[in-house]
Amino acid sequence: MANFIERMCLYLVLVLSVFLSIIQAVDRSNFKTCDQSAFCSRQRAMKPGQSSYRALLETLELSDSHLTVQLLNNNNKVLLLLELYRLQGNMTRVKINELKPVKPRYEVPDVLITDPPTELMSVVAQDEHRVVLSLGGEDWRLILSAQPFRLDIMEGPQVLLSLNSRGLLAFEQLRIRKDTKSQTDTKEAGEKEDTEKHDKEKVSEGEEAEEEVDQPGMWEETFKTHADTKPNGPSSISLDFSLPGVEHVYGIPEHADGLRLKNTDGGDPYRLYNLDVFQYELFNPMALYGAVPVLLSHNTHRTMGLFWLNAAETWVDVSSGQGSSEVPQTDVRWISESGIIDVFIMLGPRPNDVFTQYASLTGTQAFPPLSSLAYHQCRWNYNDQEDVSAVDQGFDEHDIPYDFIWLDIEHTDGKRYFTWDNNKFPQPKDMLQGLLDKRRKMVTIVDPHIKVDSSYKIHTEIRSRGYYIKNKDGGDYEGWCWPGNAGYPDFTNPEMRKWWASMFAYGQYEGSMENLYTWNDMNEPSVFNGPEVTMHKDALHGPWEHRDVHNLYGFYVQMATAEGQIQRSGGLERPFVLTRAFFAGSQRYGAVWTGDNAAEWGHLKMSIPMCLSLGLVGISFCGADVGGFFKTPSAELLVRWYQAGAYQPFFRAHAHLDTPRREPWLFGPDNTALIREAVRQRYTLLPYWYLQFYHAQRTGQPVMRPLWVEYPEDIATFSIDDEFLIGRDLLVHPVTDERSSGVTAYLPGNGEVWYDVHTFQRHDGAQNLSIPVTMSSIPVFQRGGSIICRKNRVRRSSSCMENDPYTLYVALDSQGNAEGELYIDDGHTFKHETDKQFIHRRLSFTANSLSSSDLSPDSQFPSASWVEQVNILGAQKPDAVTLTTTDGGESSVEFAFDPDTAVLTLRKPGMNAGVNWTLHLR
Amino acid sequence: MSCALLLLLMSWALAMRTGAAVEIQRPRGVPLSSEQFYEENKPFTCLDGFSTISFDRVNDDYCDCRDGSDEPGTAACPNGSFHCTNAGFRPAFIPSSRINDGICDCCDTTDEYNSGATCQNTCREMGRKERESLQIMAEITKEGFMLKQQLIHEAKRGQEDKQGKLTELQGSKKDLEEKVEALRTVKETAEDPEKEAKERHLKAWGEQKELIRMEKDKTRMAEAFLELDDDADGYVSVAELQSHLELDPDSDGSLTETETQVRCLPSQENNFYHTSKLQGCSPFGEIRRFESKIGDLHDSCRSNEKVWAGGLWMTTGCMNLEKEIGFDFGPSAEFAYLYSQCYELSTSEYIYRLCPFNRVSQKPKFGGSETNLGLWGQWAGPEDSLYSVMKYDHGQGCWQGPNRSTTVKLTCGKETVVTSTSEPSRCEYLMEFTTPAVCQEPASLDEVLQGHTEL
Repeated sequence: MANFIERMCLYLVLVLSVFLSIIQAVDRSNFKTCDQSAFCSRQRAMKPGQSSYRALLETLELSDSHLTVQLLNNNNKVLLLLELYRLQGNMTRVKINELKPVKPRYEVPDVLITDPPTELMSVVAQDEHRVVLSLGGEDWRLILSAQPFRLDIMEGPQVLLSLNSRGLLAFEQLRIRKDTKSQTDTKEAGEKEDTEKHDKEKVSEGEEAEEEVDQPGMWEETFKTHADTKPNGPSSISLDFSLPGVEHVYGIPEHADGLRLKNTDGGDPYRLYNLDVFQYELFNPMALYGAVPVLLSHNTHRTMGLFWLNAAETWVDVSSGQGSSEVPQTDVRWISESGIIDVFIMLGPRPNDVFTQYASLTGTQAFPPLSSLAYHQCRWNYNDQEDVSAVDQGFDEHDIPYDFIWLDIEHTDGKRYFTWDNNKFPQPKDMLQGLLDKRRKMVTIVDPHIKVDSSYKIHTEIRSRGYYIKNKDGGDYEGWCWPGNAGYPDFTNPEMRKWWASMFAYGQYEGSMENLYTWNDMNEPSVFNGPEVTMHKDALHGPWEHRDVHNLYGFYVQMATAEGQIQRSGGLERPFVLTRAFFAGSQRYGAVWTGDNAAEWGHLKMSIPMCLSLGLVGISFCGADVGGFFKTPSAELLVRWYQAGAYQPFFRAHAHLDTPRREPWLFGPDNTALIREAVRQRYTLLPYWYLQFYHAQRTGQPVMRPLWVEYPEDIATFSIDDEFLIGRDLLVHPVTDERSSGVTAYLPGNGEVWYDVHTFQRHDGAQNLSIPVTMSSIPVFQRGGSIICRKNRVRRSSSCMENDPYTLYVALDSQGNAEGELYIDDGHTFKHETDKQFIHRRLSFTANSLSSSDLSPDSQFPSASWVEQVNILGAQKPDAVTLTTTDGGESSVEFAFDPDTAVLTLRKPGMNAGVNWTLHLR
Repeated sequence: MSCALLLLLMSWALAMRTGAAVEIQRPRGVPLSSEQFYEENKPFTCLDGFSTISFDRVNDDYCDCRDGSDEPGTAACPNGSFHCTNAGFRPAFIPSSRINDGICDCCDTTDEYNSGATCQNTCREMGRKERESLQIMAEITKEGFMLKQQLIHEAKRGQEDKQGKLTELQGSKKDLEEKVEALRTVKETAEDPEKEAKERHLKAWGEQKELIRMEKDKTRMAEAFLELDDDADGYVSVAELQSHLELDPDSDGSLTETETQVRCLPSQENNFYHTSKLQGCSPFGEIRRFESKIGDLHDSCRSNEKVWAGGLWMTTGCMNLEKEIGFDFGPSAEFAYLYSQCYELSTSEYIYRLCPFNRVSQKPKFGGSETNLGLWGQWAGPEDSLYSVMKYDHGQGCWQGPNRSTTVKLTCGKETVVTSTSEPSRCEYLMEFTTPAVCQEPASLDEVLQGHTEL
């Protein structure tokens, strides 16, 4: 019998494992479709047509900064208030709220960096049907039509964008619950009068308001076993935008989908609702870990942006097709569960204008410590101190550089963050000191779910201070996550965030040191036993429901953590915090990654559009788990992923607990060498990456860019998402196919030239180039006309390379010119900001002279770095080369010319990187 | 020669060589063995012969040679290497990227000559420690190797014994097999009438069953009446019926033990209180007779089975022996002594158990069942030392993961002990195990020290 049971068990295990291997992909039934989300289904049932809204032009008020006008819903007579702002920098803000909501509706705080400065708006023309406003310039106009209500933004005779042109503006007014209304009627007569008066106001037109019928899901909703009590009833909003002449729209991350947004007709809309999705599927509009409600439109004439500032669950429908008179048109419709309509229309006209405009609203990418741009080694989990030390040693033994080693949840004492497992990590400071001695760093995970345990200080403090999110009944909200039963601190509370930040002080976070940084995971928030693996929407953050703030939670967690890191150093050191959940503005606090991907070729490919989409909406510091988180990569996939990851902004290998080890040296000497080479290429380019992040912080331009951003008039670039640019000057086409023998890269730019960075071979722009590849190939091209500074002395960590000399790669354009920049600072403090301690130089090659000039004469930084070599690509052989420095000295420079590659190499010119100099070729 | 004397000699040799090293002028980072290639004031030819440069370009912090040989003392070449003399310890090459990187790599501090890093010369201390540990290792190896010889000797004897036993067993097995064959014939002959009797019995029993059912129904009725007639007045009143709501109107017709008792009542009164199986009270003598016959037959079968079992046991014995003899116990069977032994290691959470050539397992210290971490697979060391690693695989499966497996690394030791366990990847275990069986013939101490003090 025992034998039989055993055999049955074995059989069951077998059957189960087959079953499990079949359902490896996401369990879709855990997550809602639009049909299963009551408000989405309600709103989407509404079809385009005549809008029931009318602008009451007699209520129009125009002040210096903005215009207000009331909108009346002809059906239910509810009044809305429309506010229009003309913002500095060619933007328009449209806000719509209820004129007199029964209680306030949520308006997203803390995402905008300032109250956006306005510009004067003037009425150009007005009659009973419309008002025409000037948006500046000669012929920029905003036309407000009264009946039906719509807005059109015009440039001359051309409509750039229309609001409510399809009549999908919908605003579910807050209302009093009917079953409680009668109680209120009898108990509080006074209030009843108020309500009646209020109702009368609504019907001021003398018409009878249509009785609104409750629809299912308005007052409560159940998904699987989870009930949403919806005490405030229906509150959703919707608005449509039409973009004539537009065929390409981008953005609204995070989705595992191509760069260019697809038509959602007949399928689900793109969903924005931060969720912990187990084993997500590719090419799918399902919501993932983060949400940035920003959409970009682009055609050969114009790039524009729409920023829908709403943190509730949001769905976006995209529909492209022919508009009137056979002009292509894209219609976009936004639907959110609560809050108000608050839209920023960024009018471009060029891609970089939209980036500047969006950056002026939500800020730019935080300038990261230089070392965080280097290579990160992560795994769930490095088991103990010995393991960390062995891996660290392994990198040195195999001569592969790395800067950060990461510890996942198992390093803690029972998933109590800010603690260490005493058996496995008895001496964290010794371990950190060991890393510090090698000029390396560590990251530990700190998640926002807090183990409910009366002996855990973090928990007892949060509880006693009342900082936990509350459930609908007012008790502390509790859910299941890694530690078992856990509370979730209310990060929307500034007091809570302040307290959280203080927990990163060296004295509070025991075992922490200055080379310890942080990773915020599970901050969607992830609640294992919650609806859709997240928090109940009727949980309470002070006066607001979780429904209102959901997509902001992760943003606040990272904000508070980054603030803690800044504070622990007395405001001196730059923080480094990685987050999985994010929102608009998250770029200000650190890096993001694309979550729990899988060791599959499709996921490797998908890492490109996912990070490109994030870059377009301000989040430049993006990466995907190198190797893939779930499952086990083949050696080939792993090598290809390292090669691709080495050219993406955040470069970290990571692996699931259940997968076999995959440190770079475990796949035989050939693969070790290939991975070593990929990582080394990353390190040589760190000065270039650092410069790109310096620019990103100053201007909001993405670091990793789709080609169309730099070649906005070249239609061939509009849908490309298997290659990308880093800054303007490097084009990367990673190999993402198994057993690939070649790739076809599109080299953009009519009249431009591109140089293969490995062979220096020159190629013309505006062509599809077939490139044969081997396992060692990483197709990368430098744009003719650019100068890139590298550090070719790759050492075991980026800090070790601090004082090393530069090698300049001057890639001449077809006219024989080139330009570039060099940025140097200490790599880790805010002194570049506070004390102007940095070097920023322009390098320019023209008329056979290469010179370095100061772009920031009022800043200073002592650098030991010098120029050891200059390579001029596409050069001719000179007779002589001389170096002139500012002190008037002139010296001859030795050179070598390779006629096969047309590369001129100047040997050891030797000038300091921070001074003025000129090299003359004669 | 005593160890002390050896050490003395060695340190003298060291001192002499250190002195000599100071006098040799050679470019920074060049090992003594390559000194001749770097002749001062003469053009330098890269070691790969690819190009020749003037000597002032050696170590001028610019990489001229493809092979990095012109910059042995700077970090200029990506593929260069730097030689640390490390007087007092072991000389070493480090990648030239570690020169002046702010981290002390050479114990003689020579790699950090221009980085501002403050390094301490730790060579003598390290040398001393290493010599100590080498000394210890040498002793262990020596003793271990002696033990190994013993193990080899024992294994050889054991193997001969087993071979003998196997031959013997194989002989008896053959005899037994013949016996079994003979018995089988007897059994088959005896079984023919049994079959016949059984068929007859079954037919009769079918008729009897019918009778039993009828009888049973009657009895049941009477019984039910008695039970329902609560006041024993001979009549069942409505009230009495109502008090028996549990009555099940369905008769399922199955024969329970109680029912059997009822049926047996008339013929075997003394059995009334005795619960018995249906067959036990069969009223038919004939069947009884056949039963006893069957019993006899069964007895003969049993004895037959004993022979079978003996054969089986012998077969298993043969197989075990064959299996054991078939194991690869190393070139001289030095690992044979580990066979059918088990070694344990206790950690904070688990007790690990290694039974060489059999299995590895793990048992939680504080309750819970044992987990199979792998069954004996094969020797899995690298080509030159195949017998340094054992692989156990096909252990218990992991959720969404592979089957558990364990790699056992063997090192030379006087004792046979599991020294550590770890789980570098989920469900892939690593065990360290010391045994004299892997001890190599010790090199003379001279050689050991020679190899580690060359400058």
